[in-house]
Amino acid sequence: MSIKNIKYYKHSKISGESRPAKWTLITIAVLFLCLFLLLPLAAVFAEALRNGFRAYFSSFTDHDTISAIRLTLITATITVPLNLVFGVAAAWAIAKFEFRGKGILITLIDLPFAVSPVVSGLVFVLLFGLNGWFGPWLVEHNIKIIFAIPGIVLATIFVTFPFIARELIPLMQSQGTEEEQAALVLGAGGWRTFFKITLPNIKWGLLYGVILCNARAIGEFGAVSVVSGHIRGQTNTVPLHIEILYNEYNFVGAFAVASLLTMLAFLTLAIKSFIEWKSAENLQECSDGSNRS
Amino acid sequence: MSLKFKQQSILPGFGLSLGYTIFYLSLIVLIPLASVFAYAGRLNWEQFWTTVTSPRVLASYRLSFGASFIAAAVNAVFGLLVAWVLVRYQFRGRKFLDAIIDLPFALPTAVAGIALTAVYAPTGWLGGFLEPLGIKTAFAPAGVVIALTFTGLPFVVRTVQPVLADLSKENEDAAASLGATRIQVFKRIIFPEIFPSVLTGSALAFARAVGEYGSVVFISGNMPMKTEITPLLIITKLEQFDYAGATAIAVVMLVISFAMLLIINLLQRWVARNQF
Repeated sequence: MSIKNIKYYKHSKISGESRPAKWTLITIAVLFLCLFLLLPLAAVFAEALRNGFRAYFSSFTDHDTISAIRLTLITATITVPLNLVFGVAAAWAIAKFEFRGKGILITLIDLPFAVSPVVSGLVFVLLFGLNGWFGPWLVEHNIKIIFAIPGIVLATIFVTFPFIARELIPLMQSQGTEEEQAALVLGAGGWRTFFKITLPNIKWGLLYGVILCNARAIGEFGAVSVVSGHIRGQTNTVPLHIEILYNEYNFVGAFAVASLLTMLAFLTLAIKSFIEWKSAENLQECSDGSNRS
Repeated sequence: MSLKFKQQSILPGFGLSLGYTIFYLSLIVLIPLASVFAYAGRLNWEQFWTTVTSPRVLASYRLSFGASFIAAAVNAVFGLLVAWVLVRYQFRGRKFLDAIIDLPFALPTAVAGIALTAVYAPTGWLGGFLEPLGIKTAFAPAGVVIALTFTGLPFVVRTVQPVLADLSKENEDAAASLGATRIQVFKRIIFPEIFPSVLTGSALAFARAVGEYGSVVFISGNMPMKTEITPLLIITKLEQFDYAGATAIAVVMLVISFAMLLIINLLQRWVARNQF
């Protein structure tokens, strides 16, 4: 998924649907989206508020909920910067240089998207679990990775690995290298060129990748579920905590915590739409500029 | 063809950025994935084969692939329709609908799972209405299809949308002025142009659905042989400390994922060739 800039259609007088056909199609589309997207969303808030606001807000004072939120924030805070540095490095190498094997490298970067979240978690159990490759060594040195925070962070990094890179690669490829070459010829150093020229050019794409990566890092369930061990108050992330509350029939609690993540998803979509609007504006300015000159 | 690995450039940082990329990629993705195949290498062929073809595992493939296929087909039809409506018509609320299409990407799968269950359970808003009609959705295979349709929804819409928007209008106008009906124009002129992108979007949705876990486990009910998806079986085996069994099933899933990746790459090349 890359930033989309879609032109909307001007309707032609010659061909086009009749008004009834048009409104039938719109109605079916709206009904389909209501059924699959809006109804579940409404259900989250309806279930969370079933016993009123007092019960809703008291769900957040629970000790285990707070520690789940803390763990999720820690995980996202480690994951996003690491994948950000990787994404920028990968995009710089792939977009600014021509070398052999580039196509294979891009495919390999995309691999984690093709792998089931459960398998993503399993991979780390096979490496660091009790019966895994490094299991006995880790036990000997008293290091815990699986059923502990390092495992959760590793699985999250794996699952969100491609987000920022795949956002930046096409963007930087489309921008070419002329501006950087000019800066270098004029005597700027490599890092200075990067921070003054490249970074401002890619800032919207970067932010776009970061918010998508962050949303997935916070919401990841399958992979984290495999490596976490579900220890209450210790290795439960927010999505895992929702599962536990739900399985204990504490529906109000489960949906109250879920409503937090739902609001976060709204925020993600809002920022995403804002970036799309902003980059469409930039494109418009660029084309206006070139028309004038 | 030059034999040199890299072409000349005055830009600095190639060694550092490529080196770091390959180092991080190997550390996080390649070595961990290779460990699955290495671990599977410890099993002998017979062990592997009996695990991945046991009746319970076979039933889970049928459900996972069957439900993913139906969900991808539903998304192909409705995704195309939604993309069409969003690109071609102006109506109030269009921008909102366009923004909310990506919700399944942004909403954590566990939240989607419990929300869909709340809607479709026998006590839920829609389940309570469908149950008396004899239609079981939650805790039945239909529930799996519903969850997978939700997770796959953005793929077809987002792959078809740009292709539909770039479609040139002249051919449609020409056909219409020569007397073709609207249906004929769609079938003969529009559909052939957008078909590769519909197929790509469905393939992406299918690939995602096969491995999906979080949104399915709540609504499916997880009854062995009936509503148990393949990723859940891996977790069940792990919980019983049957690492070998879990690995064997994971290898099957990985091989299928890589095959899907290849197919999708070929499809995307086809789409790129059709666009000019």
